[in-house]
Amino acid sequence: MKKAKFLANFENLDSIRKLVGEVAEQAGFSCNETYSIELATDEACSNIIEHAYAGQPQGVIDISCDADDGQITVVIHDHGKQFDMSKVPKPNLSKKLSEREVGGLGVFLMYKLMDEIHFSSSKKSGNTLTMTKRKSDPS
Amino acid sequence: METVVKEFKHCNVIEIKGRVDSSTAPQLSHTLEEICDDGRFKLVLDLTGLEYMSSAGFRALLATQRTCKRYNRGEVVLASVPVRIREALELAGFTELFKIYENALAAVGNF
Repeated sequence: MKKAKFLANFENLDSIRKLVGEVAEQAGFSCNETYSIELATDEACSNIIEHAYAGQPQGVIDISCDADDGQITVVIHDHGKQFDMSKVPKPNLSKKLSEREVGGLGVFLMYKLMDEIHFSSSKKSGNTLTMTKRKSDPS
Repeated sequence: METVVKEFKHCNVIEIKGRVDSSTAPQLSHTLEEICDDGRFKLVLDLTGLEYMSSAGFRALLATQRTCKRYNRGEVVLASVPVRIREALELAGFTELFKIYENALAAVGNF
């Protein structure tokens, strides 16, 4: 398992992706799967930095990542603003260029790239996002 | 992330190299905005050297496409899109918004 804390700064996204990418590679996920896991984690953390910790660059993002029995689990925790992921509208992909919304794309990609996503939020304990993905060809 | 801009008779080719995420996407947006501010709206984005792009990068592409297609004055096309990035663009429904070419030469020929 790898764990680390990062300050809420976009400059840290590279290191965040590297953390989960290394766990995925060591666990034998394919290059494509590893990329998906890195991208989903990036999207989640970008939202935390931009929305949960908006204006709080000293906010802390806790990340832990573990892989076991063909499945990787990424747990991301923050103490930023309470956030309800279910309220993020899905982008309408059939809209034409001039009407296409840009909001919600990150959350949408997370759901597409990972197998399961669970989210909990409370004033006391903060926001916790858990994402899992199974290897497509478990050995 | 690094961009290399080349101006041709009918279009500009912008090579985007490295990683585009929430940290580097503003830099990409700025480069693309400057090109449009110069009155150049026919753009080929050569993604040969692009290693990674998140939705922050997709948003920059979308904003530029809107600008370029306004008044039918031009468009953004993509060239040499790495497989993983193409798959992510497909998931996001972006492949319908951009013509995609095998390489920059073919893309320049579009103009």
